[in-house]
Amino acid sequence: MAKGPALVSATAGRAREPIAAEPVIGLEIHVQLLTASKMFCGCAVAFGAPPNTLICPVCLGLPGALPVTNGRAVALGLRTAVALRCALAPESRFHRKNYYYPDLPKNFQISQYQYMDHPPLGSDGWLEFTAEGAPRAVRIGRVHLEEDTGKLLHVEREGAVSHTLIDYNRSGVPLMEIVTQPDLRSPAEAREFLIALRAMLQYLRVSSGRMEEGTMRVDANVSLRGADGAAGTRTEVKNMNSLRAVERALAFEAARQADLLAAGGTVTQETRHWDERRQLTFASRVKEEAQDYRYFPEPDLIPITVEQAEVERVRQTLPELPAQKATRYVSALGLSAYDADLIVRRPPFAAFFERALALYPNAKALANWLTGDVAGLLNAEDKEVDETPLRPEGLVALLRLIDEGRISGRIAKDLLPELVRGGADPSALVAARGLEQISDAADLTRLVEQALAAHPGAVEEFRKGKSRALTFLVGQVMKETRGRANPDLVNRLLRERLGG
Amino acid sequence: MDLSFLPVSEQLAQLRRREITPAVLAEAYLARIAALDPSLHAFLYVDADSVRAEARRWDARYAAGGDLPPLAGVPIAVKDLICTRGVPTTCGSQILEGWRPPYDATVIARLRAAGAILLGKTNMDEFAMGSSTENSAFGPTRNPWDRGRVPGGSSGGSAAAVAAGLAPWALGTDTGGSIRQPASLCGIVGLKPTYGRVSRYGLVAYGSSLDQIGPLTRTVEDAALLLEVLAGRDPLDATSAEVETLEMRRSLSDGGTGLRVGVVREGMGEGLESGVRKAVSQAISLLGDLGAEIVEVTLPTIGYALPTYYLLATAEASSNLARYDGVRHGLRVPAEGIYDLFARTRDRGFGAEVKRRIMLGTYALSAGFYEAYYLTAQRARTLVREDFDRALGAVDLLLLPTSPTVAFPLGARVDDPLQMYLADIFTIPVNLAGLPAVSVPCGFAGGLPVGLQLIGRAFDEATLLRAAAAYEQAAGWWRKVPPS
Repeated sequence: MAKGPALVSATAGRAREPIAAEPVIGLEIHVQLLTASKMFCGCAVAFGAPPNTLICPVCLGLPGALPVTNGRAVALGLRTAVALRCALAPESRFHRKNYYYPDLPKNFQISQYQYMDHPPLGSDGWLEFTAEGAPRAVRIGRVHLEEDTGKLLHVEREGAVSHTLIDYNRSGVPLMEIVTQPDLRSPAEAREFLIALRAMLQYLRVSSGRMEEGTMRVDANVSLRGADGAAGTRTEVKNMNSLRAVERALAFEAARQADLLAAGGTVTQETRHWDERRQLTFASRVKEEAQDYRYFPEPDLIPITVEQAEVERVRQTLPELPAQKATRYVSALGLSAYDADLIVRRPPFAAFFERALALYPNAKALANWLTGDVAGLLNAEDKEVDETPLRPEGLVALLRLIDEGRISGRIAKDLLPELVRGGADPSALVAARGLEQISDAADLTRLVEQALAAHPGAVEEFRKGKSRALTFLVGQVMKETRGRANPDLVNRLLRERLGG
Repeated sequence: MDLSFLPVSEQLAQLRRREITPAVLAEAYLARIAALDPSLHAFLYVDADSVRAEARRWDARYAAGGDLPPLAGVPIAVKDLICTRGVPTTCGSQILEGWRPPYDATVIARLRAAGAILLGKTNMDEFAMGSSTENSAFGPTRNPWDRGRVPGGSSGGSAAAVAAGLAPWALGTDTGGSIRQPASLCGIVGLKPTYGRVSRYGLVAYGSSLDQIGPLTRTVEDAALLLEVLAGRDPLDATSAEVETLEMRRSLSDGGTGLRVGVVREGMGEGLESGVRKAVSQAISLLGDLGAEIVEVTLPTIGYALPTYYLLATAEASSNLARYDGVRHGLRVPAEGIYDLFARTRDRGFGAEVKRRIMLGTYALSAGFYEAYYLTAQRARTLVREDFDRALGAVDLLLLPTSPTVAFPLGARVDDPLQMYLADIFTIPVNLAGLPAVSVPCGFAGGLPVGLQLIGRAFDEATLLRAAAAYEQAAGWWRKVPPS
């Protein structure tokens, strides 16, 4: 959860070749909706089931099968569109997007397409977020619903594809597409926007929003705006499987275009793929012909109708969204805006924080631990807090041990990784390992005497006025007790003995 | 009358009185199929053993007494466009040869629950694209009244089977006339219900916004009886309507008195065979004699219906038929790359008419043509629908011939698609409007059956069938059966 990398690699992109022109970035985000069943049939949506076990005539596109819209998916789309302040179409239709590909069992995808009088579910919204410490807003062009495709597995033999297996478990899984206007001005800003959008989707319980698992997929349009303000030719960048990949791919692509232009070349409108291993984008091997998807209204489905009263009801039942939450943390709990943002941008983190806060009233101490040590450990493991055994009760117990003087902060920091990895009970750990803080003056006096006797040089230096020597001597006592000594008491006892 | 030609309503009465048993009934049809189908070719699949086994189960149920479902032990033939679990469903196409659906269409599930026995799957124009059943990949069906002529299409197998007494009744599907036109050409009753009345789940799609499953029967009463079983909202079909399914037979005997029937002027004009004109005119007189008020109405936009249909139905078909690619089911022609596999499978698997319509529809939806073709056709469809709504605001029913001609000779139109398309000129507008319509036998021209078409208001099949029944009972054509 460091604030750094976003800015660092954006700068790296610029450092490669100064970008005279400003990048213009628009994003197309597909998220998998958190529904129990698929978009147009009753098959379960589940991750990791054996291939082709979650299928039926509908999602297998068998002759005669018909789709029926999943009302829950529509409700989640509606909730998102309302939260993104979109205009809701009173009536929107599904369309067929026709193209041949073996992962698409009907050889058309049921999607929503904006054509003449056919609006998507939601359009013309916006999302506010913070980038590089400043408030920003990105316009949302559209929010619509569609179905996912199956998955192809190319089986290779002796370096060549011998055959392809198809798993249709994913076929028909509900997807929501969110398309931004080209309002983003840097790769770092794109990343911050995606973090904010993901947080919103998670608060709304609309999607798990995990790029690494494919429940959030991002494509980007990138162009450069010339000094004259005119937008340049754009490329579409695909195959970015993490936030970091998005940022690096966009930085690379912006720099690539700038290089091209600087050398007197022109940018070709094309689809480019991010190669994670080589850290570059490359044009699709096969030149894509201009695809004609022959969209037309899906005759097997009735239009989605949205009543204004329903929109109002959804608006009033929206959960607290990230921006509101951050404001409340600052005004009601006294957190810094920076800490509030760090907590709020990760919904599991915020949920953890709020549950801990109900047990332990010191919001600032909680926030310090969460945004500092806990976040550091989570980042190292690339996990969200709800994916670890750490519970609010455990962290609060740890903080209480400090408050009660039973362990030092230092010991607490040492124990934290065990809580995060193993969910240990801090009191039990402390008791079992004898980590309880030593606050007994007699015991500590003995240790202080030992330290003074063992380090006459330090005593000498202190008396000459070097206060650093005192720190050294405290450290020796701490070392002797493996951190268990009460540092304040050791300090006082030393000063008494040294007459300082 | 031969048991095989009895209306189902009468067969059910005899079954309930234990005068016949389901096994006797099944054997009667299996015997006729064995004797006559080699020359008619109405069926693509009959599993006699399973028919007999099921019939015996119903024999036991009748013997045991107690409550029985409404169609207990009655066989039914089903157009091969409707999915039947474990039973081959080819849609008349090479591309689905050998495919056995893992599921039953909703109508099949309803029929099974009602006690009906699946007698077999009937021949049809490939993917319901045609008006003569000559577009079947498995060879044409012949007209029971004249083996040298077509039975109409695309539900030609179902119509011929019922007309020849190879089945007591059958399911067909109607996208542009595919129930009514073959019913007319084979001299039986064919009902296309209101769009949304009968679930399409498990009906292999041709033109999704037009397709409807319906009965082909010997009598109007049988059509009503079968519709009662088929109709109703299905959660698996989003376009199936949430309307009350009335007891269709309740008003059947109310007669023709007080009905206002509008004769569509455009249906009685040029291009009509004189024999057809004569038979339909006599039917109009008879309806008048029965107490119906006959008025003339016009449907000025009806002339746009044919081109409109051939843009919309083919546009939908081009997308609906994309799934036949050799990957998951049916025919696969191996090739080096996946796109070659798609192309070769589709090239070998589809017949000429299917390819023609896929190309037409693909073109109509293509960038740059979409507005000129697809969108214009949608607007024209709205005009046609409004035209019908206006006309049906002033009358209870509309009347015109089902087909401008009687059955034509095999091969007469296969090289002239436009002539073939004109066979449905009076039925297609009804699909565009989504309305219910029935074809009832109204006499003969040159020894070949003529059909009278009645069109009703949306979801008012009851009035439609009442008028059809009144005419049918007074005219008595339904008793005529083809020579064996």
